[in-house]
Amino acid sequence: MSHKATAPELVCPAGSLPALKAAVDHGADCVYIGFRDNTNARNFAGLNFDESNAREGIRYAHNKGKKVLLALNTYPQADNWERWQGAVDKAAKLGMDAVILADIGLMRYAVKNYPDLRLHLSVQGSATNYEAINFFHEHFGISRAVLPRVLSLPQVEHVVKNTPVKIELFGFGGLCVMVEGRCALSSYATGESPNTCGVCSPAKAVRWEHTAKGLESRLNGVLLDRYNDTESAGYPTLCKGRFEVGNETYYAIEEPASLNTLALLPEMQLMGIAAIKIEGRQRSPAYVAQVTKVWRAAIDACQRAPDSFIVNPEWMAQLSSVAEGQQHTLGAYHRPWK
Amino acid sequence: MKISLGPILYYWEREAIFKFYEEIAATAVDIVYLGETVCSRRHNLRHDDWLSVAEKLASAGKEVVLSSQALLESESDLKILRKLADNDQFSVEANDMGAVHLLTGRLPFVIGPHINVYNSPALSLLAETGAKRWVMPVEMSRGMLHKMQLEKPANMETEVFAFGRLPLAFSARCFTARHHNLPKDDCQFRCLDYANGLTLNTREGQPFLVLNGIQTQSASVYNLINELVEMNEMGVNIVRISPQAWHTTKIIEQFWQSLNNPDTAQKCMQQLAKWMPDKGCDGYWHGKAGLEQSTGITAQ
Repeated sequence: MSHKATAPELVCPAGSLPALKAAVDHGADCVYIGFRDNTNARNFAGLNFDESNAREGIRYAHNKGKKVLLALNTYPQADNWERWQGAVDKAAKLGMDAVILADIGLMRYAVKNYPDLRLHLSVQGSATNYEAINFFHEHFGISRAVLPRVLSLPQVEHVVKNTPVKIELFGFGGLCVMVEGRCALSSYATGESPNTCGVCSPAKAVRWEHTAKGLESRLNGVLLDRYNDTESAGYPTLCKGRFEVGNETYYAIEEPASLNTLALLPEMQLMGIAAIKIEGRQRSPAYVAQVTKVWRAAIDACQRAPDSFIVNPEWMAQLSSVAEGQQHTLGAYHRPWK
Repeated sequence: MKISLGPILYYWEREAIFKFYEEIAATAVDIVYLGETVCSRRHNLRHDDWLSVAEKLASAGKEVVLSSQALLESESDLKILRKLADNDQFSVEANDMGAVHLLTGRLPFVIGPHINVYNSPALSLLAETGAKRWVMPVEMSRGMLHKMQLEKPANMETEVFAFGRLPLAFSARCFTARHHNLPKDDCQFRCLDYANGLTLNTREGQPFLVLNGIQTQSASVYNLINELVEMNEMGVNIVRISPQAWHTTKIIEQFWQSLNNPDTAQKCMQQLAKWMPDKGCDGYWHGKAGLEQSTGITAQ
């Protein structure tokens, strides 16, 4: 690599005002947040922002030259359209730097009423190819799209080359192996899904039970996993359970592991990725601080000297301490992944 | 109401597919959706093969729609999509916004079940791009559909996925290859071994999901044969039956009988139970968890 490409923006999660401040203080370029209801895909009790918190968060970030993005990335439904419309109104009034949308109906509303409001296509919009992204660009003038975590790196590069829309990639955090916006597993088991309610495997449907066979986790009665005394039990997300297929019991869909693409940073930078997203609005301010700090250092190091960039073992150790299942994966970016 | 047959979601042998559609041509089904929607590695039939099946079905009086792949990852996926969009004979079912982009301004097209349409402003926008019909997302309830029906654009036809294992998710990962410890790009076409998918059970032996390559389906069979009268009243135009490896023609027959003589619905439902690969479910329609079953149908 001979030339210095522009460093990607670091986009960090905040489920609360303290998390937002932690992200800003530790080097985020942008922080993304959601309102406290089902208009965003992390609709968890005790998380997210009301109008006053959001105003304070924007003030804090703007004072330090950072941006705040609002995730409005669930799908409004026939009987509650007004709530999403109201959230767009609020975002514009508060002066959000961009809204991250998935629904085409809501995008049209935003463009029509707030032509200066910057629009990003959410990962929940399920756009995995440039023809889809260009549809959103032509109809709504979106300026950035977040890609679902299903493409290999060469496929990502092909998208970047064929669209005027800037591309944001997931860099770190919990890994969803399903194409975001195209997964109804949660509503199949519980009635609530990311698209409709902003939740996956909602906590209210989870039951833990100590039995003679071990600690069992159930989702609306469906046995997701059973742990022996030596195993640590994670949050029972439906696709991370152990099931029986044929005569085998294993993680048939996904192991509990975190996506971590630090090693791919030079390639991502060279192909012109505009932003790298860190997952985890449901995580603590300490998590946000730790992950933001490491990624800031890595992006800066890569920007200074992409040719000689190596992943500092200290960074990996710090990320491992907060990673899900203490395991890392390059996910689909790395093709032989299975 | 008309009956449609959705695209084959599994990977079947070439001869089995030809034979299947020969039988379908003789059934009462009105609309047939053709093509590979799940995996780009499945190509026992090529574009021209699908067109020849389409022509045969059309000459048997069926409306034929060519379905597009739901997850488009590479330029070769887009190449296949462009071929579909460029055909000026049959309308196309778009299962991705990339397909909507390429189909805009061409023949009227169908919004497939894998495009997220949950509200009427979204549906209106798609109508402006040239959509003539939409297939309701599988997780939508009758209550939501009722509201959509009241607000939907004029002349927009509504189709409901009414029978078959529910297509619930698409992934970067091929779960069938993973089960055989093979990489996705060297899957050795193991899906050919599972004509109705590969069942995933809980550790209590309860059938829960079905692995179908990069697609995950419900193990239970969504069955809305009991709801046809209500759908008719709501102005639903088409009910979709999703093909399974066995008994599909008999299932079509039961739906046809039930539509034409609603008094026989209960009897038809009992008949269907004999041919389903697993127990039934109808939770989504009733606004509940998809796997729930309210009408007491069981597999035999």
